[in-house]
Amino acid sequence: MALSDTVTAPRDASPRADHEPAAGGRGVDRLHAEAVTIGYDDRVISSALDVTIPDGSFTVIVGPNACGKSTLLRALARLLKPSQGQVVLDGRSISSIPAKEVARRLGLLPQTSIAPEGITVADLVARGRYPHQKLLQQWSREDEAAVVGALEATGTTSLSGRLVDELSGGQRQRVWVAMVLAQETPILLLDEPTTFLDIAHQIELLDLCADLNRERDRTIVAVLHDLNHACRYATHLIAMKDGAIVAEGAPGDVVTAELVEDVFGLPCRIIDDPVTGTPLVVPEGRPRRA
Amino acid sequence: MSAPAPVRRGSGPHDGGPHRVDFGRPTRVVRGFGGRTSHRLDLRTLTACAALLLVALATGVVALTTGDYPLSVPQVLQALVGAADGPVHMVVVEWRLPRALMALVLGAALGASGAIFQSLTRNPLGSPDILGFSTGAYTGALVVIMLLGGGYAGVAAGALVGGVVTAGVVYVLAYRRGVQGFRLIVVGIAVSAMLASVNQWLIIKADLETAMTAAVWGAGSLNGMTWAQAAPACVLALLVALPLLWLAPRMGLLELGDDAAAALGLGTERTRLALVVVGVALTALATAAAGPIAFVALAAPQLARRLTGSAGVRVLPAAAMGAVLLAASDLVAQRAFAPTQLPVGVVTVSVGGAYLVWLLVREARK
Repeated sequence: MALSDTVTAPRDASPRADHEPAAGGRGVDRLHAEAVTIGYDDRVISSALDVTIPDGSFTVIVGPNACGKSTLLRALARLLKPSQGQVVLDGRSISSIPAKEVARRLGLLPQTSIAPEGITVADLVARGRYPHQKLLQQWSREDEAAVVGALEATGTTSLSGRLVDELSGGQRQRVWVAMVLAQETPILLLDEPTTFLDIAHQIELLDLCADLNRERDRTIVAVLHDLNHACRYATHLIAMKDGAIVAEGAPGDVVTAELVEDVFGLPCRIIDDPVTGTPLVVPEGRPRRA
Repeated sequence: MSAPAPVRRGSGPHDGGPHRVDFGRPTRVVRGFGGRTSHRLDLRTLTACAALLLVALATGVVALTTGDYPLSVPQVLQALVGAADGPVHMVVVEWRLPRALMALVLGAALGASGAIFQSLTRNPLGSPDILGFSTGAYTGALVVIMLLGGGYAGVAAGALVGGVVTAGVVYVLAYRRGVQGFRLIVVGIAVSAMLASVNQWLIIKADLETAMTAAVWGAGSLNGMTWAQAAPACVLALLVALPLLWLAPRMGLLELGDDAAAALGLGTERTRLALVVVGVALTALATAAAGPIAFVALAAPQLARRLTGSAGVRVLPAAAMGAVLLAASDLVAQRAFAPTQLPVGVVTVSVGGAYLVWLLVREARK
């Protein structure tokens, strides 16, 4: 995306403990976090964190387990309130915007969702229209069209009348993505969407996200645990460790053997992916104990 | 960045007729006022509710025409419009009608309350009986009976207060960064067990006559229901159920899990609290009016769900099924061992026991 290329100037590949805000200026980017301190109960996960999500990018957040990437995503999605600092959406603090309004601009695919017993695919996807519905307006033409479009985009139209319980893991995940798509939000947050999927379905889902980003102008922010997938699909990569951002930028600029060893404790070699040309991490030797 | 390219096809002219999303079930879309209102109706749920209401009405008619003074349907209709002579009018309008109406209204209230709690706890056993509200209402009623001698209004007030306070205690004890279904059930069972022992102790300490009054009340009965009792209960039930018009669709969102619901813009804790308040109020109302009636709140939502084939429990079918269950149970309570009148709670417990056995057998077979 041309936009993210100008916004994130090429950096040298050395990892850094804190980063600078995107060079394009905050006015352009719709979603960012300003000096947020986030955590659960009394446990602080991240402290005074600054994050900017470049508009129109496919941003991927990577890092070792418990580095705070899901916590950050939840804070960006308004599920977690920062104890200090604020998350800003369209120039306003996200907690000051009514929840339904936020839901029209930001869609979230949570890590764990429950499908009610006996629900059909179309019914579940239709629930994604709630932010656009009112007491008297429960199924407008826009709602219908959005659901049809979402089913089509995820290739689940043929599954429309079936029970979600009967679907395979890959199909079910696509249905959840369809529900988030039906919300028709310009920004989509996905929390580990490829967990529990086999490799073919993982690639299928990531290709869908890439299409949404390129062809349908959605800004995508995904937490992925597979570093190679992240390098392949991301236009903007954020590497986190111990609640802080270690490096940020285009994968080609940022992913180096030193970074991977620093963040994951894994000695490796970086080669160019023969198909896409993006960095490919090849492990070498045993991981260093954390 | 301006609005994204929409993910949709062009829409064609579809008004009230078949639509393009296949829900896997017969569905009808109704749009009116130039597209300013729109609703999606599930036909199977609608027909099931209509059928249940018809059955409920038929039960009501049977309740009005049979008994110690059998009457014909035309006579009953005459009495309802006020055109019958003294004795018939008295039998129909002053004796049988309040009772029949209360059976329907309280049954609906219990069914709706059961649906709310089973949806919130995501558990078919998440019923107000199990969560301790009826036990707490009984405690309140017992306190009034012991200390104040127990006129109807006093006992009802005591039950209302007891039920609501118990619900508050259970909610507060179950609250930890929000209320999760499992915790609510476990805390409810614990509180219910403690209050049950309190109730036993109170009954043991009382004199025989008081204990008898308390025991009869504790079985749950619609005997001797008059308009003085029925009218306020019916009005209150309608008022309390009104918020369900906008809360019931949100129940479906909460069933998706807290994260997904919050991501769709629902205030999860607020909605859950509102649902708990309405659910407790409905149960407390029913318990205050007629004593604790067991199993209607437990069985009605699941039976209704089997009938409508819907995803999760739904308030309206559960209410309709609850009305049918209680009306039928009350009929059996009155007629089965005539002239002895059983408390309706005895019938519901028997039916409920059979239902639980059936549920267990079904689960074991899976």
